[in-house]
Formats: sequence, structure tokens, C-alpha cells
Amino acid sequence: MTDDTPPATPVGAPPRRVRVVLVDDHRMFRSGVRAELGDFVDAVEIVGEAEDVPQAVTVITATRPDVVLLDVHLPGGGGRAVLQEVVTELPDVKFLALSVSDAPEDVISVVRGGARGYVTKSITGPELAAAVRRVADGDAVFSPRLAGFVLDAFAATTDLATVDEDLDRLSQREREVLRLIARGYTYKEVGKALFISVKTVETHVSAVLRKLQLSNRHELTRWASARRLV
Amino acid sequence: MTSTGGTPAGAPAGPVAAPRLYRSSDGRVLAGVARGLSDHLGVDVLLVRLAFILLAAAGGAGVVMYGLFWVFAPQNPFEADQPRDRERDLTMLLALASLTIGGLILLHALGLGFGPGLAVPLAVVGIGVAILWRQADDDARQRWRVATGAHRLTGAARVGVGAALVIVGAGAILVGPAKMGGTTGGLVAALVVVAGLALVSSPWWLQMARELSAERNARIREQERAEVAAHVHDSVLHTLTLIQRHVDDPREVTRLARSQERELRGWLYRGRADPDQDLAAALERAAAEVEDAHGIAIEVVVVGDCPMDEHLAALRDAAREALVNAAKYAGGAPVSLYAEVEPDQVTAFVRDRGPGFDPDDVPEDRLGLRQSVRGRMSRNGGTAVVRSAPGDGTEVQLEMPRDTSRARSAT
Repeated sequence: MTDDTPPATPVGAPPRRVRVVLVDDHRMFRSGVRAELGDFVDAVEIVGEAEDVPQAVTVITATRPDVVLLDVHLPGGGGRAVLQEVVTELPDVKFLALSVSDAPEDVISVVRGGARGYVTKSITGPELAAAVRRVADGDAVFSPRLAGFVLDAFAATTDLATVDEDLDRLSQREREVLRLIARGYTYKEVGKALFISVKTVETHVSAVLRKLQLSNRHELTRWASARRLV
Repeated sequence: MTSTGGTPAGAPAGPVAAPRLYRSSDGRVLAGVARGLSDHLGVDVLLVRLAFILLAAAGGAGVVMYGLFWVFAPQNPFEADQPRDRERDLTMLLALASLTIGGLILLHALGLGFGPGLAVPLAVVGIGVAILWRQADDDARQRWRVATGAHRLTGAARVGVGAALVIVGAGAILVGPAKMGGTTGGLVAALVVVAGLALVSSPWWLQMARELSAERNARIREQERAEVAAHVHDSVLHTLTLIQRHVDDPREVTRLARSQERELRGWLYRGRADPDQDLAAALERAAAEVEDAHGIAIEVVVVGDCPMDEHLAALRDAAREALVNAAKYAGGAPVSLYAEVEPDQVTAFVRDRGPGFDPDDVPEDRLGLRQSVRGRMSRNGGTAVVRSAPGDGTEVQLEMPRDTSRARSAT
């Protein structure tokens, strides 16, 4: 993806279509996503669907998609269980969490389990197609809500002696980027506002994702379970 | 089968194939033992009754026998007309009393002398056990037997030990006072009896306790299910009905669906903060009010939280004004509210993706908004900035210093 590619339009994306597996226990929702992504047949191809954890593992292993759209709440252990089964064996498969929940503990748990991003089910078709492309390219997708969660979690005061500077703190720049995303800015708008390229924005967001996944800060888990935002 | 139906169909006649011994309620006087025996033996019922009376006169043996038959012979299951419970209880009590008294007379006659001080408690224990056994319906007794036999070896051992304790205790009560003297020995013996009975009956008590707790759990589950059903009925079904009635009005449908979604989320994730006390909840409620009034969806993200005060109330009101304005002019485009609580200030952003406008060419109403929002903020020591460009949406930025920092800068 080049710096100039607007995130909401897959036009100009590489010719190879992103192969997607859709995991959600609601058939109506799956067909809805299918219909919305149907407008982007040049960019996204749905190669499989699954409605529970065992089926998801089977389908993902068989089809080896680029991206898995993963519901957080699934019969048989939730999206987290799918990640645990597949992530280490198929490192090339990227996961994008998709949920109505918005509950911080759900969001933080799938992202820490290996998902490359989190979007709510109210996302529009073009936004979803762009998010799928972005995840396929190895970048992270932060919805405003996820950005808010991360800012909140990392803002919690902590014992300075136990802080790993590399992992447990957000840099000033990362904080600025997340703030703009939380305000509803697209990556392109963030870049414009901070006078940096979209690629740099993506680098910052990926760094934040890495911190979110690797930091041992117990505050992250505690914060997520303590805060029951909706 | 009635008392006259002698031989079961297909079975050869004769004493070997005599009908099973049942107690008969048809033509009974007490518990139907004599009647049942006469059916069983093929003897006239009068003779059987006479025999019982003669034996009863002979030291009470007849009464004991009658009682034993009554306990061990089942009610004839083929007889439809069951005696009414109250009547049965009364006759049962009478029979038990006579059984016990007869037993005591028999023991006395056999030379095992004992004083009335022991006879009375013994009689009470006997009557109690018998009543417990008789009152349980056949189903319950069946379960008790199953419970007792669940672990056959340990069950048998327990029953054996319990029975031994009862016998030892009873023996001690009967012969004890003479040897040990005083009431202490009798008391110990009585305790041994009680312990034995408890040991024998323990699986039944356990079973009863288990049934009780299972029933309580089922009741709690039932209550929860009823609560969920009531909630779904009162809110979700109601809203769905309203939505179907408004299919031609997309704005109303959006408003209904959105408001139901909020309500359901609030119910699912209980324990939310009080909108009058905390900023995050206050902003969420303000956004919800605008959503309801204007039929749009507002995405609210709040980072951090702090208690409300009058300045933050002004920030909330200004944010609501900005949201209303966005709802009016954004033409249905997404609207978002982001707020962040920092140590020294609270910042809020209201953003829409509507047509936007040129700040140098401000229409009258927009000017009004800017003044009302700005005025509200500046009167409370905060600032408001409006950014917009044609085709680029509008963003209102609100900043309010927090009380702590004001206090700090004042000193």
C-alpha cells in the first residue's frame, strides 16, 4: 500500500484479491457481510465461512486465507479459542476481530490473542473492505473505540520501577496518533494533521499493537475487566 | 384384582399358586391385613380375625403379628379405590399404638422387665420410625432404597453397624439399669441407639438434602429465565413491533433501533456509572438524548473519567449543543464524540462528516452555535474552537481546565 492510497477505497490496490474466511455464528450477519463485500469483488474474495470454533479451525486450515474476519463471541470458546488453535501453526493468516460487544475485556483479549485489529459490526462496507486490505498488508486496524481503550489502558498510572520502557509506555507520537483515531480520523487525515505520511501512521499503529500484545502490564487485563464500558 | 379373584389367570390352581399377600382395602376393618390374609390363604376372614384376637390376648402376640403384616404386606395395587389419606393416617396411628403397646406387654410377659421411664421413650422412637417409613410414598421409599444401595458394600456395612448399635443400645436400655445403675447408663445407651439410627438413615437424609438444593437451584434458574423473558418482552419485542409499524420512516426506525440497542447494552453490562456523578456517563447520556431526538447514530469514546462539577456540566452542555448542530447539518453523516480526561484538563471533540462550511463565510445559524457553545465554555473558564472546511466535515473542540489545576494555580 502506498502513502497516497486512501484507506476507504480499494481502487489502486494490488491486483491480487485478498482471500477472506468469515467466522460468525449468526448466518444473517455472514450473509450481510458477504453482500457488503460483494461490492468489492475486485479486492476481496470470501473463500470460506464457519459458525463455531472447530469449524473455523478446519476451514482456516483447509483454505489458508489471507485474512480471517473473526467474531469475538463464538460457540465453543469464542474468537480467542480460534486464535489459540491457529495462530502459531499458520503465522501468515491475519485476523481481524469483528464484534457487537464493545466490552473492553473482549476486545483486549482477542487483540492480545493475536488479532491485528478490531472493528465493530456497525462498520460500513467500504470501511470493512479497506480494513481487510490493510490487515492483509500486515498493518493494524484500530477503530476509534479500540484506540480509546488503548489510550485508557496505557494511561493508567503504574509503578515506575516495573515499567519496561519499550513495551509498557506509548510514545508521545503514538499517543497523538491514537487520539486522532479515537476522534474518528482516518489514517490519511491523521497523517495530514500531524504532517506525516500514511505509512508512518501505520508504523505507529503497528507499534502500539505490538505493545498491546507483548506488554506484561497487569494493568491491561485488570483495566479491561474493571471497566465495563459499552 | 379384588378379594374374590382368587387365582391369577394362567397360573395353576393350588396352594403353591396362592395369590400374593396384599393388604386389601376392600372390606377392611383396620389396615386390611386380615382381609388380605384370608384372600391369600383361602380362609374365611372371620377365622383370621378370630385368630388375631386370640393371639393378641395371649401376651399381645396377635397385635405384633398384625403390625408386622401391616408393615410388610403391600397395599393391593390392583384396587383402584385408595383410602383417603386422613383416614389412613388415623387408623395407622391406632394400629401403631396398639402394636407398640402389645410389643411392650409381650416383652414384659417374657420376663424382660423394665420400668416405665424407658418404655415411654422407646415407644416414641418406635412410633417415629414407623411413621416415617409409612408416610413416605412408594416412590420415595424406592429412591431411599436406591440411595441405600448406591454403594452396596459400604451401604450394607453402614446398615449393619447401625443396626448393631441399635441392638446394643436397646439391650443396654433393657438390661442396663440393673447392672450399671442410675440414669447415666440409660442415657449413654439411648445415645447409642440414636447414633445407630442416624447411621442407618444417613443416606436418606443426604438424599433429601440433595433434592432440596436441586429444587432451589431450579427455582433460581426459573426466576432468571422469567426475568430475561420479561425484559425481552417489555423492551425488545415492543421495539420490534414499533419498527414494523414505522417501516416507511427510516429516521424513526433508526431512532428506535438505536435507543433499544443502548438500553439493551446498558442492561447486559450492568453497573454503569451515574450520569449525574461521572463525566463519562454524563456525556454518554447527552449523546443518547441527541440520538433519540434527531434519529442519528453517535459514536461515543471517552478515555478516563472524573467526577462531575459545574464547569464539566457546562462542557457537557456545550458538547450536546455541538452534537445537535452536527445532527442537523451533517445530513445523516456519521457523528462522533471523543472526550479525554487528563490530569489538568478535559478535552472533548465533536466531529461530523457532513458537508462542512467555510469558516470565513459563516452562516447566521452557525454563528449562533459558535456563540452559544463558545459563550458557555468561556463563562466557565474553558475554550471552544470550531474547525470546518467545505467537503471536509466539521469538528468542534472543547477544552475545560479541571478544578484541581484551577485550585493549584490559584495558590
